[in-house]
Amino acid sequence: MQQSILLSGPKFQITIQRLCQQLIENHHDFKNSVIIGIQPRGIYLAKRIREELQRTLKVDDILFGELDITFYRDDFRRKENGPLVPNSTNINFVIENKKVILIDDVLWTGRTIRSSLDAIQAFGRPEKVELLVLVDRRFSRHLPIQPDYIGIQVDSINSQRVIVNWHETDTQDQIILLTEEND
Amino acid sequence: MAETAQQLSTQHLLGIKDLTTEDIHLILETASTFKDVINRPIKKVPSLRDITIANVFFENSTRTRLSFELAEKRLSADVINFAASSSSVSKGETLIDTVNNILAMKVDMIVMRHPYPGAGVFLSKHVNAQIINAGDGAHEHPTQALLDAFSISEQYGDVAGKKVAIIGDILHSRVALSNILCLQKLGAEVLVCGPTTLIPKYIASLGVKIEHDLLKALRWCDVANMLRIQLERQDINYFPSLREYSMLYGLNKTILESLDKKITIMHPGPINRGVEITSDVADSKHSIILDQVQNGVAVRMAVLYLLAGKRI
Repeated sequence: MQQSILLSGPKFQITIQRLCQQLIENHHDFKNSVIIGIQPRGIYLAKRIREELQRTLKVDDILFGELDITFYRDDFRRKENGPLVPNSTNINFVIENKKVILIDDVLWTGRTIRSSLDAIQAFGRPEKVELLVLVDRRFSRHLPIQPDYIGIQVDSINSQRVIVNWHETDTQDQIILLTEEND
Repeated sequence: MAETAQQLSTQHLLGIKDLTTEDIHLILETASTFKDVINRPIKKVPSLRDITIANVFFENSTRTRLSFELAEKRLSADVINFAASSSSVSKGETLIDTVNNILAMKVDMIVMRHPYPGAGVFLSKHVNAQIINAGDGAHEHPTQALLDAFSISEQYGDVAGKKVAIIGDILHSRVALSNILCLQKLGAEVLVCGPTTLIPKYIASLGVKIEHDLLKALRWCDVANMLRIQLERQDINYFPSLREYSMLYGLNKTILESLDKKITIMHPGPINRGVEITSDVADSKHSIILDQVQNGVAVRMAVLYLLAGKRI
């Protein structure tokens, strides 16, 4: 397995800050906006974005939720390793008429986002839903879904994998591209 | 909490006997996420939208049938209901023929209750569908045991190390057998209590304690699971009178208050008020009878969801 680092160190931090500035342009004080991280890996980015926003805006009350999409997947029973064990959904507010910012680490086929749009409906009818991703693996979509805010864009082939590491759970913040040796 | 598996080890749910401890933990953990789902404003997920389930009931039921039907609908499955009393079974059709006719209409899973022990196992060997046992005679009632375990762990955080007394008509009870097996696999201690005639001879071989004195049983336990006297299964008299039974084995407020600790009261339903349990106990804060009913839907959703995942 070959590894190449796509983003790390100060550039990683600058990318997060840039995403936050773009969010502030559209959402101002976040009084009517909520941040929803998608389980399992999207919540790290969502937490980081919220921290950064709260520091910049000097507030501590940006609504934040974690969404699990396991029961809404369209590949349930099509995976060899059986049904996916669910993570928890923690959304303790209604999103009726709110602007929702869905956050995930990597956007690839778009199927997770489609499931999220289904899952989010159980919490009300949002005024608007936007999508923020750290990595956009472009030209690989299976569905007509595009992000509103993008950290970096990556051109990759299907057998490659893009992994985002976080210093909270892994050793450091970085985005890596994994390539099989025989490719 | 023990390590949980990623999927069940069985294709059918015929009894607790066939489940591993990992299977039980997986079901209980999945059930807790479904409990979140059924407490949301929109209580439905689309997981089983391409699955058709037949509820085939050869015996009467209120809770179990409604609970399964609701669980199926909350998972977006298509549901058909079949009650033997209003069907061609009374015209002489066999069990396999009846079920194969249902399956010919493209049904994927069968939830079955039947008066004969082993009916589910028999069916699973002869038809091409996933079978979920919703009670077979005096043999097993696995989803009831799972929801009881779920309710106990909700009360105490864990089932392991807890002392559970099962009190009443053990001989005719499928709930008792499934509960004993399930609680033991989860590491709880189990005691059965009732008149000698209603305690089956072999039961000690399962490793449970036996007690004929209600008060001693209650002093020992953390949880008391009260069972109904199943008069419809009793072809001879097992005790002199219902009145005597309720005097010796009926749980009332006086006995409960004479204990120096708080115990949790469970009952799988239907309750015969004034026989095995008085109204003031059944409706007291010690009782989690209605929590059991709510948890039943979540646990059955977990079972259906995890079994559906075994279909390719």
